[in-house]
Amino acid sequence: MKKQNTFIVGLAVLVAVCVAFWLLLVAPMYTGNEINMTRGVSSLAATHYDLHMIILWICVVIGILVFTAMFISIVLHRKSRGHEAAQFSHSTKAEIAWTVIPVLILIAMAIPATKALVEMESPSGTEMTVKVIGFQWKWKYEYLEDDIEFVSTLASDSNAARQLGSGIDPTTVDNYLLAVDKPLVLPVGRKIKFLITADDVIHAWWVPAFGWKRDAVPGFINEAWVKIDEPGTYRGQCAELCGKDHGFMPIVVEAVSQEDYDAWVQTQTAAGVAAAEDAERTWDFEELMDRGESVYASQCATCHQPDGEGLGEAFPALAGSEVATGPLNEHIRVVLEGREGTAMQGFGELLTPSDIAAALTYTRNAFGNGTGDLIQPSDIAGINKG
Amino acid sequence: MSSITGEDVTIGHDDAHGHDDHDHKPEGFLARWVFTTNHKDIGTLYLVFALLMFFIGGSMAMVIRAELFMPGLQLVEPDFFNQMTTMHALIMVFGAVMPAWVGFANWMIPLMVGAPDMALPRMNNWSFWILPFAFTMLLSTLFMDSGGPAAGWTLYPPLSLQTGDSFAFVVFSVHMMGISSIMGAINIIATILNMRAPGMTLLRMPLFVWTWLITAYLLIAVMPVLAGAVTMLLTDHFFGTSFFNAAGGGDPVMFQHIFWFFGHPEVYIMILPAFGVVSEILPTFSRKPLFGYAAMVYATASIAFLSFIVWAHHMFTVGMPLEGELFFMYATMLIAVPTGVKVFNWVSTMWKGSMTFETPMLFAIGFVVLFTIGGLSGLMLAITASDLQYHDTYFVVAHFHYVLVPGAVFTLMAGAYYWLPKWSGNMYSERWGKIHFWLSTISVNVLFFPQHYLGLAGMPRRIPDYAPQFADFNMWSSLGGFAFGASQLIFVGVVIHCVFFSKVKATARVWEGAKGLEWTVPSPAPHHTFTHPPTVTASMVAHGEDH
Repeated sequence: MKKQNTFIVGLAVLVAVCVAFWLLLVAPMYTGNEINMTRGVSSLAATHYDLHMIILWICVVIGILVFTAMFISIVLHRKSRGHEAAQFSHSTKAEIAWTVIPVLILIAMAIPATKALVEMESPSGTEMTVKVIGFQWKWKYEYLEDDIEFVSTLASDSNAARQLGSGIDPTTVDNYLLAVDKPLVLPVGRKIKFLITADDVIHAWWVPAFGWKRDAVPGFINEAWVKIDEPGTYRGQCAELCGKDHGFMPIVVEAVSQEDYDAWVQTQTAAGVAAAEDAERTWDFEELMDRGESVYASQCATCHQPDGEGLGEAFPALAGSEVATGPLNEHIRVVLEGREGTAMQGFGELLTPSDIAAALTYTRNAFGNGTGDLIQPSDIAGINKG
Repeated sequence: MSSITGEDVTIGHDDAHGHDDHDHKPEGFLARWVFTTNHKDIGTLYLVFALLMFFIGGSMAMVIRAELFMPGLQLVEPDFFNQMTTMHALIMVFGAVMPAWVGFANWMIPLMVGAPDMALPRMNNWSFWILPFAFTMLLSTLFMDSGGPAAGWTLYPPLSLQTGDSFAFVVFSVHMMGISSIMGAINIIATILNMRAPGMTLLRMPLFVWTWLITAYLLIAVMPVLAGAVTMLLTDHFFGTSFFNAAGGGDPVMFQHIFWFFGHPEVYIMILPAFGVVSEILPTFSRKPLFGYAAMVYATASIAFLSFIVWAHHMFTVGMPLEGELFFMYATMLIAVPTGVKVFNWVSTMWKGSMTFETPMLFAIGFVVLFTIGGLSGLMLAITASDLQYHDTYFVVAHFHYVLVPGAVFTLMAGAYYWLPKWSGNMYSERWGKIHFWLSTISVNVLFFPQHYLGLAGMPRRIPDYAPQFADFNMWSSLGGFAFGASQLIFVGVVIHCVFFSKVKATARVWEGAKGLEWTVPSPAPHHTFTHPPTVTASMVAHGEDH
């Protein structure tokens, strides 16, 4: 009679625990929200997904067993049911069993986990290389073979909407916070090596569809690789806290066929030639101020603010500042090299000479600074090479 | 020692009629609380301070959850958001959880081992009174021009070096917290090793005493490491050194290795005393000896040892050699074995008991269930390859909050309800205690469970704003957060009612199934106890026979 009682309660509790697990782990899928890791579009992502699911299910089974035993006890072994307490305090057999069995389970888990890691750490045989450099708060990409480089920042509509009290509904913005001005274009079907580093603080480059993230550490170069299986747009974000705009430096990868990629390389090379010509000619004041205003808005305004009034001690004002109204050479040096130990980064590597000259001209004449200085791209190119 | 002997002469008869009219409390607020050397009063100070910090740190969490309630920035600038996440963690770790456990240690260890006080009572006073100054200094940075620290509680350089002049205050406050912890730990070790009553052999000690003994060694081992790490940050910031500056020949990753050599044992510093408290409470309310006492002690020691060789699992994405990643993965997975032993032993303690479900028992059971969930997600995080996806996402946030909130905080609550009658002499309101438990348990799951989904779906941690696809679960999480925060006010109400207004007097034993020396003294525990050491026999301790 008593045995049967235990069995029925046990079965009921087991069902209840399974239902609870189902409610927690499966039911939320039906809310239309993504609740699980992506399978991704590379073999690494698929491996990491499979590994994740194996370990998850092992954990679920362990959880169900432990909680079922515990809740059976809570239902049956209570004083209010008149259950008398047994007085046993150990069982060598049981203790050996629940030490040895977990060890065996762990060994079983370690085998696929080790294989996956070995695959991840094998970047040999790659066919092209992209250098990824993290800056506060943007990414720079350098295609080492194709001699293309550009900076990728948060798309301007997201940037406008994400300001405190902007009044813009984020749901009306396309891919809010996950869109950039210039995506990283990559060919599918080729093993691509990434060399990942940073210029200022530590960032982490993460596209979930590729199956991994890697820290971008100043002074170090980390390797990782991907072979993208399907064309498409894949979005990710910086995954290591890197300062106030850490949440606003997304990554967008356009994976395209080899032919489309080759065509894209052609256009970029042509654009590079045009930019080089731009840097050699002489610009007039209006032209520099126009270009400077847009460069300022995308590169400088996050910290120094659109009105040039800055944000406290950490992000000083440019309006009437000693640097922006003082000696020109010092101003150029700060913009090109940055300031050690602050969030002011060096833009020499980030922007073209034309952009830098325009931004300098703008900041020295806007916000009531009125120095009347006019800086030509050729001035900057000369200094930057020297 | 002389002061203890002195008191011995005057109140040596304490055991005979130990009620408060004879317990020689110092007169006056200053003498009673500021100059105190009494372990019980210092314990109370620690606990009140920790509760205050719990609410300050908690209000920061409310700011975080309010900003994350929906996409877009509505309330605070990103830099202030980062200050909130950083300060929330520093305050909860160093201001709430750690001092709360030291408070429990102060109150309970002398009572549990039959000692008249802590071994070093004056140092005890000092180690507490450092803390209000340390945290005043830390909190003051929020009002400075350069703002508070915003680089995360892990203070990773080079980002942390971008903090303004307030950084020096942060570093000095961490130094002071470290000094306080080390002094507290020395005191606890000295008390346990030197002041046990006759018959209280090491393997008769209550598990709470064991877990604290091991925790105290962890503290002494790692707090100096943290002090060294932040000192190097200080000199990098203000004196031109380049310990962590690659441009000057330093290594920013080195900081992470040093930090996590402290940081991982730190995690166990917060959770080992919790294991101890649960191992006291489950036997009491199951009316059955703790299952596998010796295995529990060895498992605790194993976890403590392993905590020193797993630190780099916090840094799997930083770029380590394959061999390093494999070593740290295997070592981390191994922790599941002693932790599993603990969970199985707790369940076996309940098995075939005669259980009742007073508030401490409810919190202890809530701990076992929810800590197990946190432990299992920890096992998932140990797998390096899939951690390359989990790392620095909300999955990690969910994991460590499961082990810290329904883990450490729930056991702090369990312990408080368990010993409050002994401390105050009054019974708390069981009805409100249970309401507190159920509201906390439901809301803490609404708060943290959806964060698993957010992390797996790709939401990074430490961001003030997010893409609209993460909106639903963030809203759930925030609602759970507000409810959890509000539920903790009930606890304050229950404690105030119990201490000052409750009419129901507690007996000495308080709980039917309670065993151990602390239940042999009257409730409330007199100001001085065990001025004559009791003689301890095997039947007096919670786990029954000797091992």
